Amino acid sequence: MANSMIPAGDFRTSYAADTTIFPTVTSRNVAIASVVLICFAPYLFSEYWLSLLIQIGIYGIAALGLNVLVGFTGQISIGHAAFFLFGAFSSAYLSTKIGVPAFFAIPLSGVVTALVGLVFGLPAARLKGLYLAIATLAAQYILLDFFARAEWFSGGSVPAMAEPFSIFGYVFQGDRQYFYVVLAYVVTCYLLVTNMMRSRDGRALVAVRDHYLSAEIMGINLTKYRTLSFGVAAFFAGVGGALYAHYQLVVSYEGFGIERSILFLAMIIIGGTGSIMGTLMGTAFVVLLPEVMEWVSSVLAGGAIDQALGLKTNITFLREIAIGVIIIVFLVFEPDGLAHRWHQIKAYWKLYPFSH
Amino acid sequence: MNAQLLIQLLVNGLVVGTLYGVVAMSFVLIYKATQVVNFAQGELLLVGAWVCWALMVKYQVPFYAAMPITMVFMFVFGILIQMVFLRPMIGEPIISVIMVTIALSTVLQASMKWIFGVNPQPFPPIFTSQSVHILGLQIQTVYVMSLVVSLAMMAAMAWFFQASKHGLAMRATAFDQQVAQSLGISVKNVFAMSWAISATVSAVAGVVVAVVNGVSSGLSIYGIKVFPATILGGLDSIGGAVLGGVIIGLLENFAQFIDGEYLHWGNLYEVAPFYVLIIILMIKPYGLFGTKDIERV
Repeated sequence: MANSMIPAGDFRTSYAADTTIFPTVTSRNVAIASVVLICFAPYLFSEYWLSLLIQIGIYGIAALGLNVLVGFTGQISIGHAAFFLFGAFSSAYLSTKIGVPAFFAIPLSGVVTALVGLVFGLPAARLKGLYLAIATLAAQYILLDFFARAEWFSGGSVPAMAEPFSIFGYVFQGDRQYFYVVLAYVVTCYLLVTNMMRSRDGRALVAVRDHYLSAEIMGINLTKYRTLSFGVAAFFAGVGGALYAHYQLVVSYEGFGIERSILFLAMIIIGGTGSIMGTLMGTAFVVLLPEVMEWVSSVLAGGAIDQALGLKTNITFLREIAIGVIIIVFLVFEPDGLAHRWHQIKAYWKLYPFSH
Repeated sequence: MNAQLLIQLLVNGLVVGTLYGVVAMSFVLIYKATQVVNFAQGELLLVGAWVCWALMVKYQVPFYAAMPITMVFMFVFGILIQMVFLRPMIGEPIISVIMVTIALSTVLQASMKWIFGVNPQPFPPIFTSQSVHILGLQIQTVYVMSLVVSLAMMAAMAWFFQASKHGLAMRATAFDQQVAQSLGISVKNVFAMSWAISATVSAVAGVVVAVVNGVSSGLSIYGIKVFPATILGGLDSIGGAVLGGVIIGLLENFAQFIDGEYLHWGNLYEVAPFYVLIIILMIKPYGLFGTKDIERV
């Protein structure tokens, strides 16, 4: 998809050139410039908008892991919220009970989550996609039950506390400072995955998705790569969860049921399965959707539509319905998601006025 | 050891288990005929139960009339779901189809909350006597009814597949779509029919559960319990689904007994089936009666 935007005459003459992170110099400069620009966000936006940006970053990391699993490997997980929460609890546990600094606790809890994920994923990862879906569904219920029960780990009915993020004794306080922590993690994680996808392992994952039988004939170990992909997904869910824990400073298991897992799926479907930047777009879409609906309902307040639907009281249900409908609409009409639409818009302007 | 309690729980298990069996059966019906893993099975129960409840409470329709109306409604509803949401997905990768059914479950669940509210509603009583005595055990009438209805639905399903023309067409389609097509079977109709039957059967199960426990969004948990049952029985075996459902129902109640008497963990009742699911996937991933998947190009 991305290659369609390469200008005429720009030929790749080596494998190294074919696997660069950024296809063109401009795309690299734009990416660097946008990261630099977003560094000024804490000075430009209000606390509220900043908290939304932080949420996009945190969920974006978790959704990225899911996209590696669903978009690149063709497996499916319906327990992503449980793994996200496991990362949050384990980082809280590591930082408060054991005293690991949050800086190390975050990647460490990613690793722990990946290991726990493999307990559930290992039997199913050898089988076809739908078995993993069912196994992760079981993981969702088992893990949530575990969190409600294991007081030593998650505090049971009492929410678990997490230490604030600090590095070399400097404590990051408030949204404005924590924003940079999240930004650093987002950039690192997205670079990591982009790098992984252009490596041997990443291409193997795509081969498994496109035709597992051909992939196996070419010498790709199916079990290994399906398991690897599931481990990567759980790892990023854990990292996202850990960031969430050190952002909220309190972690409770409420609100992380199967609906949240479906939200994670919605993010990658809307953004575009198999598109790394699309993941971020989809996450932004899902995080901002409630805000937009809130705004629309406040605009319509008192009107005929408001009275017919009872917007104020029913907004939560309407939001769930909207999420479901949007997933279906995207799957039926735009299976490649927002990322595809974005490429089409770019292509339109690039080729204007001769679109063919 | 509390034998009286154990027997009571096992009877409960049998009753709930046959219901799981019925729902699992309708789940496998869709999976076999159309290769769709339906994550919205529980929501079909929910819709059926709410429709029947609305007919009886809001419109004062007597039960003997409300039930057939609900069944007809769900029959049409099943066809509509298949035509609107799943027909465009034919030929798409299996995970896309799974995600459509997941999204469908969200939509149906939220719509039901929107239309009927979040509070559980009691079902109007259908029987005059509360309980009957069988073999010295006191069993609620609704439980007896539930068991009878479940067994009747299973028998009807067995007859349908063994003897009726449509059932044979469905079995042929499940066996090999191309061959079925070349024999003049409309695969399109079979797909719609399987959703319609599955929705109707689920709705009946939903009404039965609602009569016992009242109507609430908790009903859709039956759709989730289908997975342990069908994985245990084999994903593509209708008989296996029924047996798996009964085993899971018994196991749940046995887990509750162990939990209440010895372990005192809390809600082992709810999660025990999922532990079983993971163990089955580890040791016998194709279940008791499922066909071993021989991968072909």
